[in-house]
Amino acid sequence: MSLGHGDLRELYQEVIFDHNRSPRNFHRMDDADRVAEGHNPLCGDQLTLYVRLKDGVIDEASFVGHGCAISTASASLMTEAVKGRTVEEVEALFRDFHALLTGEPPEGRDFGKLEVLAGVREFPVRVKCATLAWHTLHNALTGEAAPAKTE
Amino acid sequence: MNASATALQARGAADAPAASAAKGALVAAELARDFPILSRPVRGMRLVYLDNGATTQKPEVVIEAESRFYRESNANIHRGVHWLSQHATDLYEQARERVRRLLNAARADEIVFTRGTTEAINLVAGSWGRANLKAGDEIVLTAMEHHSNIVPWQLACEQTGAVLKVVPITDRGELRFDEFEALLGPRTRLVSVVHVSNALGTVNPVARIVERAHAVGAKVLVDGAQAVAHQAVDVQALGCDFYAFSGHKIYGPTGIGALYARREILAAMPPWQGGGDMILTVSFERSTWADAPQRFEAGTPNIAGAVALGAAIDYLMAIGLDRVAEHEHRLLVHATEAAQRIPGLRLIGTAPEKAGILSFVVDGIHPHDLGTILDAEGVAIRAGHHCAMPVMTRFGIPGTARASFALYNDEHDVAALMAALARAQQMFGGARR
Repeated sequence: MSLGHGDLRELYQEVIFDHNRSPRNFHRMDDADRVAEGHNPLCGDQLTLYVRLKDGVIDEASFVGHGCAISTASASLMTEAVKGRTVEEVEALFRDFHALLTGEPPEGRDFGKLEVLAGVREFPVRVKCATLAWHTLHNALTGEAAPAKTE
Repeated sequence: MNASATALQARGAADAPAASAAKGALVAAELARDFPILSRPVRGMRLVYLDNGATTQKPEVVIEAESRFYRESNANIHRGVHWLSQHATDLYEQARERVRRLLNAARADEIVFTRGTTEAINLVAGSWGRANLKAGDEIVLTAMEHHSNIVPWQLACEQTGAVLKVVPITDRGELRFDEFEALLGPRTRLVSVVHVSNALGTVNPVARIVERAHAVGAKVLVDGAQAVAHQAVDVQALGCDFYAFSGHKIYGPTGIGALYARREILAAMPPWQGGGDMILTVSFERSTWADAPQRFEAGTPNIAGAVALGAAIDYLMAIGLDRVAEHEHRLLVHATEAAQRIPGLRLIGTAPEKAGILSFVVDGIHPHDLGTILDAEGVAIRAGHHCAMPVMTRFGIPGTARASFALYNDEHDVAALMAALARAQQMFGGARR
């Protein structure tokens, strides 16, 4: 099980650096329909996620907080990816995305830009960094009151 | 029994050839050969193990002692009339004597075996705390404590109505001694303080703390988890009432550690856990307790772990803790100078009195990302809040990257760390346009 610098390059792709440096939809949302907190107790990553819904479709998603490059970029990419999708579509996308990160990508799913996070599969301890925002979104959509945790 | 103890000590010394070399500066590269894991490649590279604050690696003599116990000496202790049980009991009690020697306690019955530092502190909070704390009493902690020296006291406060007082720290990570003195008063029952901070490396002035605390009639517990493997500790010279440490941070196995407690205090403490081995008599109406330390060792303990911890102590004391301290200090000074040459790197914890812990943050790179990139270079460090979240809050950071040294680390390890840091900066900085 050796890890080459190629794997590291695949984890830290330019798109990830870009979203880490300038996260998209990185702001509070005062008229959000749903708000949820996410917390990764191991590394202290913390985020607040805001969602505005219109007829069961995600109209806007935004976040604030702090975390590592993987966690920040994943949250940023997620807020872009879920916009315009129904709640059911988002839940299905989370399931497939999680499978992608654990090395079992479902056939035929086009992940778009989210694909850049697939490099996480070589770094099992970092999967929770990439999924924190998604767990938090799941809680926001299902009305779970307790903060999302990744472990 | 004396003869076998002497033979065992002799064997312990003979098993550590590098350690028995002429005294002088120790040669880390030679000692590293005593540790089998350090010669295994990780990710196809030489392992640069700089996560000793989390746990140290184990020398062959320790691995062999644990294995030999199961092959040659395994039986339950303090109960069998048969030869093997007596033999195992002797080995277990010899290990207690080794812990006594390590801490320079006056008597071996002042040593209670526990699972580690956390359990030792919980023992004091659960037994001494429950018996001695009442509403309005004050426990003084410092802002640099590990969670294991915070949460047990919060639990004790919930049960007794006692309150916590926290001594602040400076920007360099030193205890504010003036604030500490100001917090002491007639309600202070206990001062519980870390000897060496795991997140900052600060060495606290324990003897002075004890002197001031005793002056107001308070007891003092010292969390020695990060101290015992890195400097000679003398509980009688420190004057503390309790001292806790973990075996696995001193080249011994996991799941074994010890609590030192002054004899008269331990004698007055009620049991903590009930079970076999801690009683004198049991009836359904009433049970009576064994004397310390057995009173605090309910159930079959980690016998093999204690024996192997004894071997670790022999190994370390044969090298000499003063030589280890000197070596690690030299390495810390070297690493600190090298780290300060890296632009954008900020050391967290710059107290004048420090043990071999280098905690830092790097501009624009989260500690977790640093940890992953360094790992890809074969360099193992810790990244995160180090179970000391109040310290991170104090410095306004989510976490740090931490390199922590042991007797087998040397300048090559520091060079590998610095090269890996440069590579991380190149990756993150190189992406910046």
